[in-house]
Formats: sequence, structure tokens, C-alpha cells
Amino acid sequence: MKKLLLWGGLTLLLVILGVSLLRSQQGQVGQGEKAPDFTLNTFDGTTYQLSDLRGKVVVVNFWASWCESCKPEAADLEQAWNMYKPRGDVIFLGVDYVDTEPEALAYLEEFGITYPNGPDLRTKISQAFRIRGVPETYVIDREGEIAHRQIGPFRSLDDILAVIDPVLEK
Amino acid sequence: MRIQKYYQDVVVMVLVMMVLSLSAVPAGAQGSTPSDDQVNEIARELYCPVCENIPLDTCGMEVCEQWRGVIRDKLSEGWTKEEIKAYFVSQYGDRVLGEPPRRGFNWLVYVVPPVVFVVGVYLLYKGFRSWKSQDDDRLLEAERAADQGNADEEYLSRVEEELRGRE
Repeated sequence: MKKLLLWGGLTLLLVILGVSLLRSQQGQVGQGEKAPDFTLNTFDGTTYQLSDLRGKVVVVNFWASWCESCKPEAADLEQAWNMYKPRGDVIFLGVDYVDTEPEALAYLEEFGITYPNGPDLRTKISQAFRIRGVPETYVIDREGEIAHRQIGPFRSLDDILAVIDPVLEK
Repeated sequence: MRIQKYYQDVVVMVLVMMVLSLSAVPAGAQGSTPSDDQVNEIARELYCPVCENIPLDTCGMEVCEQWRGVIRDKLSEGWTKEEIKAYFVSQYGDRVLGEPPRRGFNWLVYVVPPVVFVVGVYLLYKGFRSWKSQDDDRLLEAERAADQGNADEEYLSRVEEELRGRE
């Protein structure tokens, strides 16, 4: 009995260690994978559920007000949003990572961002996407699969369009 | 009569001043700017997920400065240390805490190391005991062999003695 308990305990411990090791070794959510579902409560009180947006191309941008490399792409993202918005089949969602609300709102105002943005409460969304930092942008196709993963900022508006247009044509 | 009225007025004034001074204390405390030490006392128990393993009180990143600003604001609004920590957990998750909260799977952090330690000590104890009993067995065997050797010698000397007698 004692031996059984001992071996059982050791096996459990090894399983736990193995699972945590596997989880830590997992890379980011990659192209072609199903995008993890999430709920985003925006700063203005609207709720978006990714699974409800099936049939639309969703652009998820992770950013933070303290992130210097997020700033150069902010205006380009807004410009791209204004270009796609009239179509109705593209939606941009900004996920504010580890930020404070006054600074986040000031950032949105500074760059005139109008697409839905909300805080990543308890860092659940960033953990689901296993992001490594900000900015990171995920383009999710109409079937809910990740069509493009952008690590770091987009360099220009053309870069953004070059990523979204092919997903729309699919 | 006038003197009695004068004393009554003085007592009323003193009472009014006491009430005013008492009511002014919390307002003053709430509105005052918290010191860096007060902010850091809470900050040292929090960790920003961006700069892992660096407590918030020593982290130099902009995000940490913003967080310390939030602590300062909350303190000046009269929030307690626990309320502020709970706010940070609700915003950024459990990983901002220096110690994981004691619930669910987090219990493993508290339970597994002592259990592993106890099991380790038990295994060492068992190991030492088995080594010791092996040593004891060897010693016993050696003693037996020595005894056997003595018996053989005794036997040989008796045989030699008998042979000598026959000669």
C-alpha cells in the first residue's frame, strides 16, 4: 500500500511537471490554427465575442500605451480600419495589454483610434494567444482560423492591406 | 445670568470645534499625497507581467511607473492595501502577486515541495537503514567466518595432537 501511494504520488508529480513543461514550451498560436475564442469588453462598454464574428475577417491587435513600437503602426491601423469599415465584413479589435485605463484612453485619443478597443482583463486573451510581447496582430479568416500572425509592428499601411486583402479574397 | 450664558456659548463653541476637527481628519488623510514608501510597501508585493521576476517597487519600465501611479491614486482615495492588490488581480490576473493565492491548482505550489521533502527524507532514512543492515549482516558473517576459523584451528590442533600420540 505504502509503495503504491509512493509511486502514485511520484507519477502524479511527473505528470504535472511534464504538462507544465509542455505548456511552457508551446510556441505562439500559429497560422492555420483555430483562433482561441475570447470575450473583449471595450472601454465604451460593448462586448465582442470572437465566435460571434464568424463570417467576418477579424484583425486582433495587441498593444499598450507604454509600448513605443506600437505607436508607429497605430495611425496606419486606424487608416486601414476606415478603409475596410464600409464593407461590413471586416472588424478590427484592439486588445490593450497590461495597461492602465487613463493612459490607454489618452493613447487612443492621441492616435484618433475609433475601432473597438478594450483591456485584456486578467491577461486572459494574451495568454490564450500566447503572445510574447506587443505589438502583435492576428488576422483571423471567416472560418475562425489564423490567416496571418504579425510579430512586431506593421511598417506601413500597405503592409496591413497586403495582409488583409488576400484573406478577404479567400 | 449673563456669565452663565457666556459659559454656555463657550462650551457650544468648543464642542463645535471638536466635531469639526474630528470630521476633518479623515478628509485630510484621504486627500493627502501618499509617500513613495507607502506606495512601495504595496508595490514590492506586486509583479508586472511584462518584466517578470522584478518586483514593482524596483522595476524601471514605463508600465511599472504607471502601476505605481495607480497605487498612489488608489491610496489617496483611501483604498486599503488589500483592496489595491485585489484591484490589480482583477485587472491583470493572479500572476501579479508575489505569492499565488491559496486556491485550486495553486495549492500544488504549497503542498508539493513539503511532500517531496518528506518523501525524500523518508527514502534517505530507508536507504541508510538498509545500508546499515547490510553492513551488520556482513559483520555477522565475518564474525561467523572468524568463529569457523577458530573452530577449524582447534580441530586441526586436536588432530595433530592425536597423531603425535599415535607416534
